[in-house]
Amino acid sequence: MEEPFVKIAFSTSGDDLGAPLDARFGRTPKFLIYDLDTNTFTVIDNRKTMDSAQGAGIQSAQAVARSGAGAVVTGNCGPKAFRVLSAAGIRIYTAGASTVREALDLYRAGGLTEADAANVEGHWS
Amino acid sequence: MILAIASGKGGTGKTTVAVNAARVLGSEVLLLDCDVEEPNAHLFLPGSVSEAEPVSIPVPEVDESLCDGCGECGSFCEYHAIVSFGTLPLVFPEMCHGCGGCMMVCPPRALREVDRRIGVIETIRAGNITLIQGRLDIGVAMAPPLIRAVKARMKDGLPAILDAPPGTSCPVIATLRDVDFVVLVTEPTPFGLHDLKLAVETVRELGIPFGVVINRVGVGDGRVHAYCAEENIPVLLEIPDDRRIAEAYSRGELVVEALPEYRERFLGLVGNVMRRIADRRG
Repeated sequence: MEEPFVKIAFSTSGDDLGAPLDARFGRTPKFLIYDLDTNTFTVIDNRKTMDSAQGAGIQSAQAVARSGAGAVVTGNCGPKAFRVLSAAGIRIYTAGASTVREALDLYRAGGLTEADAANVEGHWS
Repeated sequence: MILAIASGKGGTGKTTVAVNAARVLGSEVLLLDCDVEEPNAHLFLPGSVSEAEPVSIPVPEVDESLCDGCGECGSFCEYHAIVSFGTLPLVFPEMCHGCGGCMMVCPPRALREVDRRIGVIETIRAGNITLIQGRLDIGVAMAPPLIRAVKARMKDGLPAILDAPPGTSCPVIATLRDVDFVVLVTEPTPFGLHDLKLAVETVRELGIPFGVVINRVGVGDGRVHAYCAEENIPVLLEIPDDRRIAEAYSRGELVVEALPEYRERFLGLVGNVMRRIADRRG
């Protein structure tokens, strides 16, 4: 099956595939952007957004959109982030995986279901 | 005279100082409760709300027939209240500070202002005091515009005492801007001292003359006194840790009425502040 997108963003606190998948979307310290075509990745620092008082979900969603990712895999997604990601045409998958690699494997195996709504309130964590 | 009563730490006695100072002033005075997330000065005054006026801020609304998705609005907004990806922008009214910038930068003029209610201003008259209090609507986190609306009710020539919110963040800055003098209320405890220092830094940065009221003297230690002496900060009033004050407070009574022996002290505070403002004006 042809993928509708090439890059996937993972919320994470680390710099490689073995790093934990962060349960937070808006306030994740970093995003790992994985390229499914070349099997390479880059890491975006999100700490400035993580520390903002309000609007972290919106800013993180903008960062993901700028990265060119067509999908996000994260632990949880709040209502504002969901609105922005949806508007940008980015698919959202929530996963309980412990590492980015595990989440990526789950995605490849078709083990992730796409979220059709926010699964947490804003400022949940 | 525009006097603000502030503190770093919450619960040090700002409202107690504000309402009692307003009462002993004797002549007509405006008491502005700028702690719009939790206004409480009314608890100490008889009388009920005689006027209530809703306060709104202007938030953008998109005219879909005019928007070309250029995204200028989203790149302008510091608060991410409007977001665009080359599509119709998404508006998050709860994030909007009502500055109107997005509407100004929109090339096709596709944004218009709509009012979003954030709270209400209530007026209570009690003797020489006219209390004007802001009350933020539940779920709204945008205190500064409401505080500015409360302050816009000040009248030329009429003295005003402003009861500030605790802390040193935006709502406090919105309250303190353009006042003549700030009274910082603290308590002689390590927490009181720690947060007093933050408040002093804030007020110095704003360039407003200030002094300190030490409440509950007798608890804690001498470090707040020592700090004030070292920093040449005038201690305008000391209120002892008197259980009867707490009892009067818990019944919603004014200290200067329940315990008349404290009247002189509050008169002294008001006189002291007025002298300092007059001296500064030369």
